[in-house]
Amino acid sequence: MGRLRLKTSTDNLLTYGLVIVAYVVIRILIAGGSISSALQGQLVPITAYIVMAVSLNLTVGVLGELSLGHAGFMSVGAFSGVVTATLLAGAIPTTWLRLALAMLIGAIFAGIFGFLIGVPVLRLEGDYLAIVTLAFGEIIKNVMNIIYIGYDASGIQFSMESTNALQLGEGGKVILSGPMGAIGITKLSTFTAGFILILISLVIVLNLINSRAGRAIMAVRDDKIAAESVGISVWRYRMMAFVTSAMLAGAAGALYALNYSTVVARKFDFNTSILVLVFVVLGGMGNIRGSIIAATVLTVLPEVLRTFNEVRMLVYAVILILVMLVRNNTTLQHLFQRIGVRRKKDLLNGEKGDDA
Amino acid sequence: MDFLSYLISGISLGSIYAIIALGYTMVYGIAKMLNFAHGDVIMVGGYMSFMATTHFGWPPLLSVLFAMAVCTLLGIVIEQLAYKPLRSAPALAVLITAIGVSYFLQNAALLIWSANPKSFSSVVFLEALRLFDGRLIISGTTIVTIIVCLVIILILNTIVNKTKVGRAMRAVSEDKDAAQLMGVNVNKTISITFAIGSALAAIAGVLLCSAYPILMPTTGAMPGIKAFTAAVFGGIGSIPGAFLGGILLGIIEILGKAYISTQLSDAIVFAVLIIILLVKPTGLLGKKVLVKV
Repeated sequence: MGRLRLKTSTDNLLTYGLVIVAYVVIRILIAGGSISSALQGQLVPITAYIVMAVSLNLTVGVLGELSLGHAGFMSVGAFSGVVTATLLAGAIPTTWLRLALAMLIGAIFAGIFGFLIGVPVLRLEGDYLAIVTLAFGEIIKNVMNIIYIGYDASGIQFSMESTNALQLGEGGKVILSGPMGAIGITKLSTFTAGFILILISLVIVLNLINSRAGRAIMAVRDDKIAAESVGISVWRYRMMAFVTSAMLAGAAGALYALNYSTVVARKFDFNTSILVLVFVVLGGMGNIRGSIIAATVLTVLPEVLRTFNEVRMLVYAVILILVMLVRNNTTLQHLFQRIGVRRKKDLLNGEKGDDA
Repeated sequence: MDFLSYLISGISLGSIYAIIALGYTMVYGIAKMLNFAHGDVIMVGGYMSFMATTHFGWPPLLSVLFAMAVCTLLGIVIEQLAYKPLRSAPALAVLITAIGVSYFLQNAALLIWSANPKSFSSVVFLEALRLFDGRLIISGTTIVTIIVCLVIILILNTIVNKTKVGRAMRAVSEDKDAAQLMGVNVNKTISITFAIGSALAAIAGVLLCSAYPILMPTTGAMPGIKAFTAAVFGGIGSIPGAFLGGILLGIIEILGKAYISTQLSDAIVFAVLIIILLVKPTGLLGKKVLVKV
């Protein structure tokens, strides 16, 4: 047991170390001017996606439930974060504090949604659970599309019809404009803020996984009935993982949205949920470090593939399929079987030798 | 009268969802995988029919057969290249691969046909039906869609329940290993299922584009998700369930659009789905699986 603990703690240190080293290296590269401006513009989105991937890994990898609506929480966090940041613009001039508060409020709102959605969702199983998370993601996207929020001297105005229905007075400002999304956002997000958010989510997720609660969550994943029979409250631990995951996604959403001058609800659709799911699966389920690496590589990859220009997304798709095929190895096994059993045996022996 | 007309267009849209959902549900029932690329096969079917009529000048019916042939082939190729090697892999790995295939099809279509929407000319030349002194008009496309859906359901039901292939399908969906031991060629059965599902997707694509004549590389995505929802709604893996789910989903969507809110119609569809699943956690006609300890 002691050795096991030592192993997990070195493993976690490696994860923290990787993130910190990457941050320092990128800072140095930026100072040296060797990172293109296009890539620099991707830095905050990458950090947001890393947090998304880490948080989704909590649901998919650690809790073992497929979620297809993670972008919905990102959306809730993004829009509540933007509203918070805009409303606090006068009251709190310090930008980092405003950003921190926006992310906190984003996380809280996403957490509330996570709880409300979790109540019905966590009663279901497997693919049915997955489709309901997809449904909630789509509902959030549709509802966000018809919300109008503005503020003027008399306070915050809310409408579900149009900007005119807000009836803003003199000097009023529209924050959310339905399908146009959040407009006129003051950019607050920085790479450093993203880095800090990654560290915070790592502290939360890694400590949760290695805690009593985390072991209970994994017990529920591995065998619900067995877990229940030894007195683990299935509902409580599933909800704990689900809400934590939603809150982190909300914070990531606020970080992401405050990096742009406008953000539309369509951005956080099914495709975004799937994109983050791809990060998690490619990085390895339950493997937090893998999620970080996969999120980074797969966000940078389309940029790198720009040299392929038109076919880049095609290449991306092919890489995705090939990685899945190779990772699950059966193809290779088939290939070796075709070449001949003897060589397969040799290879297996070789692999064993490598391991030792 | 308005209500009746909305109801009929709902049934028509629902028929298209039902045809797509059948593909989802059959593949799920037999290969136990969510084939997320199914929606994009619909799009390919639409483009094939479009190409056949506008570029080659083929008659509409031939263009539909051409689209079916291409999609059937596509379905088999996808299954052989991307899914077959992953038969023993975890379900999520297959899901991600299916997403990869979906990206691939969408981007290949983007390269071949560009992002500009093509205006699809309907393959149906049936006169619109005028009832109650012209107060209720049912378009030819609507009639054909509903009839085609019913015919497909009947044929599929016969195939699954009466033929040898159908018996193999049911056996594989019940227990893959046992079916193999009984001499069923599991791989062939799965390939046939993909072929049938993809041919249905081609028909759905042509009907969808005939009703909503805008063809883009992303045309299949949203109907794909909705049909998937319909399949779950009716109980995934169940053929009558997919039919019922599709029709109900279409009706709810159209009525929601007409009477509640245009922008929220999708949200209403998904909200109804959630409510149904809370009452019946395995869908309307889904089998309840007992978990043994």
